[in-house]
Amino acid sequence: MHDKTVTQLAAALAGGELSSRELTYHYLQRIERLDGKLNSFITVTAEQALKAADAADQARAKGNAGLLTGVPLALKDIFCTEGVKTSCGSKMLDTFIAPYNATVVEKLNAAGTVSLGKTNMDEFAMGSSNESSFYGPVKNPWDLSAVPGGSSGGSAAAVAAGLVPAAMGTDTGGSIRQPAAFCGITGLKPTYGRVSRYGIIAYASSLDQAGPMARTAEDCAHLLNHIAGHDLRDSTSLARGVPDYLETLDAPLSGLKIGLPKEYFGDGLDADVAAAVREAVRVYESLGATVREVSLPHTHYAIPAYYVIAPAEASSNLARYDGVRFGHRCENPLDLTDLYKRSRDEGFGDEVKRRILIGTHTLSEGFFDAYYKKAQQVRRLIRQDFLDAFEEVDVLMGPASPSPAFDLGAKKDPVSMYLQDIYTISVNLAGIPGISVPAGFVGNRPVGLQILGTHFAEAQLLNVAHKFQQATDWHRQRPAFAKENA
Amino acid sequence: MMQWETVIGLEVHVQLATRSKIFSGASTAFGAEPNTQACAVDLGLPGVLPVLNEAAVSMAVQFGLAVHAQIPEVSVFDRKNYFYPDLPKGYQTSQMYHPIVGPGEVEVSLEDGSTKPIRIHHAHLEEDAGKSLHEDFHGMTGIDLNRAGTPLLEIVSEPDMRNAKEAAAFLKAIHSIVTYLGISNGNMAEGSMRCDVNVSVRPQGQASLGTRAEVKNVNSFRFVERAIAFEVERQIELIEDGGKVIQETRLYDPERDETRSMRTKEEANDYRYFPCPDLLPVVLDQAYVEHLRGQLPELPAAKRERFERELGLSAYDAGVLSASRDMAEYFEEVKTVCGDAKQAANWVQGELSGALNRENLVITQSPVSARQLGELVSRVMDDTISGKAAKQVFQALWNGQGHSADDVIEAQGLKQVTDSGAIEAMIDQVIADSPAQVAQYCDAEPEKRGKMIGYFVGQVMKASRGTANPQQVNGLLKEKLDALL
Repeated sequence: MHDKTVTQLAAALAGGELSSRELTYHYLQRIERLDGKLNSFITVTAEQALKAADAADQARAKGNAGLLTGVPLALKDIFCTEGVKTSCGSKMLDTFIAPYNATVVEKLNAAGTVSLGKTNMDEFAMGSSNESSFYGPVKNPWDLSAVPGGSSGGSAAAVAAGLVPAAMGTDTGGSIRQPAAFCGITGLKPTYGRVSRYGIIAYASSLDQAGPMARTAEDCAHLLNHIAGHDLRDSTSLARGVPDYLETLDAPLSGLKIGLPKEYFGDGLDADVAAAVREAVRVYESLGATVREVSLPHTHYAIPAYYVIAPAEASSNLARYDGVRFGHRCENPLDLTDLYKRSRDEGFGDEVKRRILIGTHTLSEGFFDAYYKKAQQVRRLIRQDFLDAFEEVDVLMGPASPSPAFDLGAKKDPVSMYLQDIYTISVNLAGIPGISVPAGFVGNRPVGLQILGTHFAEAQLLNVAHKFQQATDWHRQRPAFAKENA
Repeated sequence: MMQWETVIGLEVHVQLATRSKIFSGASTAFGAEPNTQACAVDLGLPGVLPVLNEAAVSMAVQFGLAVHAQIPEVSVFDRKNYFYPDLPKGYQTSQMYHPIVGPGEVEVSLEDGSTKPIRIHHAHLEEDAGKSLHEDFHGMTGIDLNRAGTPLLEIVSEPDMRNAKEAAAFLKAIHSIVTYLGISNGNMAEGSMRCDVNVSVRPQGQASLGTRAEVKNVNSFRFVERAIAFEVERQIELIEDGGKVIQETRLYDPERDETRSMRTKEEANDYRYFPCPDLLPVVLDQAYVEHLRGQLPELPAAKRERFERELGLSAYDAGVLSASRDMAEYFEEVKTVCGDAKQAANWVQGELSGALNRENLVITQSPVSARQLGELVSRVMDDTISGKAAKQVFQALWNGQGHSADDVIEAQGLKQVTDSGAIEAMIDQVIADSPAQVAQYCDAEPEKRGKMIGYFVGQVMKASRGTANPQQVNGLLKEKLDALL
């Protein structure tokens, strides 16, 4: 049952082969038995899930079911969920029970999906390995000594291990695509503004975007159909119609023009990852696509620009965690300054503090022009690189990450961790969509192929990814962990 | 001794009269129980996002148009970052680099009836913070976030004012404009208008500005004058004693009538302004701005000019009667009802304003409506009642005795007697009752008789209970007395 995709489960529910209660119960059982080894969930909402499953079954009995009614899924613990702890992976919010639902959560509830709980993540989504979580690192189900990637590592690991058929993640610099790649699943970061950010705890507001993580592109299309669209509560969400992403999944790829950015195949790329990606590109050629090399000349400025803009926004977004209204408050503060200092010192972990310090510094008087303004100029150049490339080709392809999942504890130096995001970060800076699909293995660790499209090209990305998954079976591989414990 | 010149600039924070907050749907009503009008957005809960209230934009633009300002096509919200317990997000959303209203100008009326143009540097939109409550919490501080997110228009003047009176006049002009536009209730006691004053002094004739102090918490017209007076004296004394003014923020304490240092420039926050990534730039198309321009009401300066030019009022009367929209509307209704601008102005400025001041009421609280007053004035003008009786009628209306002037006149029998037969009868009676005075009158030098006739007029008026027409009494008395000579 837990090997099935969202599409298959939806069909089984529609055909009456199983009930949402059975399905939900089955996954909850798996979480209870297996997640002790993975640590992919921070909160499991078993009771609410079973209640929601019963409601879904009743709705179906009355003929009120939609395509996804009764399908279980999980939410990264960055989405505010009414009445449920929403920690963002931080001690700061360990006691925070959100009093409202994020728009994405509202929409998924309206679609009749059943949330099993909240998945582990890097603290405030700051990290690429899930090791910065207050709740401890998540293990990669393919290899328990490896990281699942981050920051949506809990969501990726839970899907890969068959603890849930799909999960929602967020991506500020690669936080959906890189863990999807590390865990051998499919993860889509939509265009900035495609999915509402309301109720998603902000890390870097101009870069954050929510998206689906599942086994297949088809599953991602199902989920995107429900979460995409304009939201009056998010001024940066775009008032643009949402197509039916399922409709175009099977469109033929003959004549598709693929660009391979030469900067994505340079130094620092693992040779086996490069080989897997090139092999994937050959599959596309066999499907009728043409391939050419393109250049994104400002790629190497992406990481420095990102580490100015994202921490700057974060330093401001995280100022509200001051111990005054909600979240962690230190014991017996001496005065206001002591309250601020100790609450924040105790509530935030090292990586969060590091980024707040960087951001505070770069926005300071005398540094603003040199850092923040310059980074915004770089951002425009990076965006222009992509727009220029999309004049020539339909999609870009490359690795999602320079290497497969690395070992837990392997990246001690923050900069080497930051360099993990070299192929994903510029996508957020440009605001374009990207998807990572399973495309092979290095040893027992999965490799992700990243496909990028121009703004609002989600339908095309899902189509291109789906056709690959029709032609290959990398996405059908299951980690031994999931099988052994079946 | 050195002659000093004072240089003053004002920053006026005006709470805009939108129904909901600038970035959320919560109500802006004043005086609710603490924290009952603060929604998730106002509380700065994790995950919430601001959505700009269009009404606040429209009000800001209306102000800009009223002060002949440039309205830039694009304005941008920035975050002003600092920690304070009543600032829920740890930043205030404001406009630092691209304000919604560009440079403009206000004509202010001075006490001598002259006017002076004061330039507006810019005006920008921002959100208000909450309030810290230091009482009743046993040494702790309570936070009320009802006010958090209330839209403010911060109006920044150029340093064009040269004395406290001009500063107060500027503040009054702003008050008058925003209340005319209906974009603020202008209630200073409730904090709907607050003011920071930048003050510096320099030797007369010096071109460069002296070092300024920013005085905060100056929240009434009177306090503006007093705070400036204190600050000017402090700075001059300091310099004359060989000291130097330092750039700092000072707080005005109205109870002690002094300013105190809050923080120096070195202690000032680095606000780390940057564009708010949660809000799109505000783009105003020309049609929108022109639409608002077309809907502007007649503004105080235009009204003042019309009152002088068309209605023939004095500069002083025109200034006072146009200072607030409520006052102007009241006056204009009185004028329309009675048909005479000067009479209307006299009554509004005289009897009515006196009564309002005595009872500490504003024009909108007047127990006598403009229609009632207008009808009363008409009755004086058509000689139905005497001026003296009119005051009685006014008092009766003020006390709620009667719905209209005519009611009161009827009920109290105040209708002026113009029947000369009735008046002659009263005169005859008075002459018959006052033989000694009549003898005195007849013996007096002719030039002194004019004065002496007053006694008889008084007696006749008394006999008529004020209803006899005084001019008529005067004329008839003179005839009759002179006939006795």
